[in-house]
Amino acid sequence: MNVVELSGLIGVASIFAGLLGSLTGLGGGVVIIPVLTLAFGVDLRYAIGASLVSVIATSSGAAAAYIKEGYINLRIGMLLEVATTLGAIAGASLAAIVPVNAIAIVFGVVLLYSAYLSHRPHVKGEPAAPERWALRFRLDSAVPTLDGPRPYHVRRLHIGFGLMGLAGALSGLLGIGSGAVKVLALDQAMQLPFKVSTTTSNFMIGVTAAASAGVYLSRGYIDPGLAMPVTLGVLLGSLLGARLLVATSSRRLRVVFSAVVFVLAVQMAYGGVMGRF
Amino acid sequence: MSASEGWSDARVETAVAVLLRLGVGVASTLVAFGGAVYVARHGAEAPRYGAFRGEPMELTTVAGILHGARAGSGRALIQLGLLTLIATPIARVAFSLLTFALQRDWMYVIVTFIVLSLLLLSVTGHLS
Repeated sequence: MNVVELSGLIGVASIFAGLLGSLTGLGGGVVIIPVLTLAFGVDLRYAIGASLVSVIATSSGAAAAYIKEGYINLRIGMLLEVATTLGAIAGASLAAIVPVNAIAIVFGVVLLYSAYLSHRPHVKGEPAAPERWALRFRLDSAVPTLDGPRPYHVRRLHIGFGLMGLAGALSGLLGIGSGAVKVLALDQAMQLPFKVSTTTSNFMIGVTAAASAGVYLSRGYIDPGLAMPVTLGVLLGSLLGARLLVATSSRRLRVVFSAVVFVLAVQMAYGGVMGRF
Repeated sequence: MSASEGWSDARVETAVAVLLRLGVGVASTLVAFGGAVYVARHGAEAPRYGAFRGEPMELTTVAGILHGARAGSGRALIQLGLLTLIATPIARVAFSLLTFALQRDWMYVIVTFIVLSLLLLSVTGHLS
């Protein structure tokens, strides 16, 4: 296969990955990495590098649309971004030392857990009193509703901060956005309103991925010939997915997609255990 | 609390949305253009993504990429597009720093400065 043929095929596969990633809410990165490595035989490190830049593209593209809704809590995002960027840089540095097969196993496990998290119902605790650290960092804010702004308090900042460090490390190690772990931290640990969690998480994904991508670029893990069809394809696919998501909110469709993600995750972990990467 | 001093929230939001769209738009255009140049010149060659080699210096440093892109190299042009993409969230953080400064919110100026420094160190290759 020559460059034209392979670029075309990878481009088409990336469109589907972006579509799948946006319809399942997991992001394009977690889908394109198994596709590149398992179906196209691409080295895992090149796949991670290409995925990272596509993650930045989809996050920034989506953020432009989210901003107007006014849900993002920029203070929370920026404060926790200290944890995710540090984690991302650590994870990206770790990627150079950790054996590729071990990365594949971690990838499979994280993908499975992310898919599980995205299907769990969002349980909210009772509204609690303001907490000291949230007050000190002036994180409490209000979410716009039809009845006017509704105030909320930020809880367990330390747990959120820790989880964000982990999300950053996974993002740097695996080349994904770690959106599921970020939403877990914001929505479950810190008890933010769901819309605030998803939009703030999306903002953070782009910044985290940029921190990792810098390290990958200087390490020579980002190959332009590969990243070109992946970035354009995933971006196109996720834009299509965002349109489709508005038009069809079929549960059955999401179940089918989740099954695909499940198979990919098991294949990655299995391939890693068998030493195929 | 709000950005009432100077910049209104709506104005900041519009500016950030424009910044992000512009970043992604310019980046994708550069990637697509560089890709066309690369495929036109090297389309018939056999790609080698199966074995990891690492990219040459011209494609891993900001100076190297700029130099290659000016010479019209397709791969360097793609890389310049990817660099623009990486720069987009960084520009957004820089913009937030400015917003916090205009609001005289010094605690968050410091927080944002830390994040921005880490990002700039990462992209200039000081952390790898």
